Amino acid sequence: MTQAAAAKTSPRSSQQPSAWRRFRRNQLGVVGAIIVLTLLILAIFAPQLAPYDPSVQSLLQRRQPPSGEFWLGTDEFGRDIFSRLLFGTRFTLLISITSVSIGLVIGSVLGIIAGYVGGLTSGVIMRLMDLLLAFPYLLLAIIIVSALGPGVRNTIIAIGIWTVPAFARVSRGAVASIRERDFVQAAKALGNQRPRIIWRHILPNTLATLLVYASLYLAYAILMESALSFLGLGVQPPTPSWAVMISSGRNYITSAPHIATIPGIAIAVAVLGFNLLGDALRDALDPRTMPR
Amino acid sequence: MLSPFLSFTKVIYEGDMVLTYLIRRLLLTIPIVLGVIFIVALSLELIPGDPVALMLGEFASPELIAETKASLDLDKPLWQRYVLYVADLAQGDLGRSIKDNRRVVDAIGETLPATLQLAGAAIAIAVLLGVPLGVASAARPNSVLDNFVRVLSLAGLSMPVFWTGLVFIVVFSVELGWFPVAGRGTWRHVVLPATTLALPSVAILARMTRSSLLDVLQEDYVRTARAKGIGERLILYKHGLRSALIPVVTALGLQLGQMLGGAVLTETVFAWPGLGRLTVFAIFNRDFILVQGVVLVLALIYVFVNLLVDVSYGLIDPRVSYQ
Repeated sequence: MTQAAAAKTSPRSSQQPSAWRRFRRNQLGVVGAIIVLTLLILAIFAPQLAPYDPSVQSLLQRRQPPSGEFWLGTDEFGRDIFSRLLFGTRFTLLISITSVSIGLVIGSVLGIIAGYVGGLTSGVIMRLMDLLLAFPYLLLAIIIVSALGPGVRNTIIAIGIWTVPAFARVSRGAVASIRERDFVQAAKALGNQRPRIIWRHILPNTLATLLVYASLYLAYAILMESALSFLGLGVQPPTPSWAVMISSGRNYITSAPHIATIPGIAIAVAVLGFNLLGDALRDALDPRTMPR
Repeated sequence: MLSPFLSFTKVIYEGDMVLTYLIRRLLLTIPIVLGVIFIVALSLELIPGDPVALMLGEFASPELIAETKASLDLDKPLWQRYVLYVADLAQGDLGRSIKDNRRVVDAIGETLPATLQLAGAAIAIAVLLGVPLGVASAARPNSVLDNFVRVLSLAGLSMPVFWTGLVFIVVFSVELGWFPVAGRGTWRHVVLPATTLALPSVAILARMTRSSLLDVLQEDYVRTARAKGIGERLILYKHGLRSALIPVVTALGLQLGQMLGGAVLTETVFAWPGLGRLTVFAIFNRDFILVQGVVLVLALIYVFVNLLVDVSYGLIDPRVSYQ
């Protein structure tokens, strides 16, 4: 297996202010942050913001193009696409955030154990992670979901498992680079127990790196959810998931292309937001990779 | 200067090392392959309820279920089933489809060429577009072209593949009528699905080439070359690009994994009769034996491509040694 680029880490809590300044200077990063914030607000206030009930069908107003009445048109059942997009934000964020959190927690626990304990434990854990990484993109999630069955919960499980090895690798790399640093050695010399050293000294210093990866993996998780849902393996209709909207609008791609194309723009913008945010966080937290 | 004899022994020595490295690397692949098979076999355990009853449908008699179970070794414990599966696989047997009793190997053999054609075309597009874009970007950092390429590659990374495919169909097939909507046949059929599948990889390769080339152009030997008065163009292509390509080749190996997975989506959108579409059919038919087989074959292709990528480093960058 090709070893992915080892995690670059330079945790330095004393430099938080300058990291913040570096982040603010990055215009694309600010755009990403604004997109992500907007998504959060839209998801929280979807019921207040939506002009129509996202599930109410109207047979008389099927497949209407965008208009003053229906800003983004209506779908094949006459449901308002704009309202469904707003509610779809909730599923997109729910699934991506939960699954990445699962992967983050399990992965970083495994990675920190591997990085700190080392030896055979590390070998076993990391070889297991290699195995999960040996599956081409999407196929691990496909095989999990096809066994467990579709649905929101199983989609979250599948994407969560898929993100575990990435977080394990990153945190193991981060820990290995911190473990030998003076302050950790000092804590050890002072007679601190291992769990305490990990919790108090190692973990806080890996958080920056994990944050960057979490943001980038949120972008991947959104794409993964939409891929599974599009195939009919993830979120099921009539749930207003963006990919479900594309998948069912596909049948009208020639007569009413807006049904399938508009939700795709929402996905692309959301993914772009997390990508930009993640890139900017990485540049801000690690000056060595600053763009030239 | 080395005498002819010395350089000759050097070649033999290096050839030897490549061989040792190859063998060691191959041996390291075995546990990965066995592990991948194990995970695929394990997935059957995840199925809630009785997988055989699920596969055969609600009208199957208990006798038929028991019989099928025995024929699939599903009445045996996981480890025994695993050993049998590996033994069968070693003989090129992936079992039989639960739906039409066809050999899984045959079903894969029929669809694999279509997927390889699609992935091959997509890889070609990704390299032919991605690398030059990255080079052009790195040649003039922060120029209009550079910013354009960077925005374009971010967009390419953010759009869902299946959606790009649908948009392509709307624009290039329905509106402009340049390419057929779906299916496989002439070269025209390949263009849209391959481009769709290639786009995320074009984006990644452009980004990788750009950043890697910018790194290399700051190296001492490039400065030396500049000091010697060698033209910028020659420096870029001869001195820079070659060593800058290492991480790009790594990315290419990983991209093939993306494409094998992405093929599931692209083939669904364009009704391309390949392994990806076979996977989706198999899942909806609850044909778990077929699903297992297809996923396994795709994963094994991926593992071996990455093996090739690792081995190819030395061919590109003479500084890489196989020790």
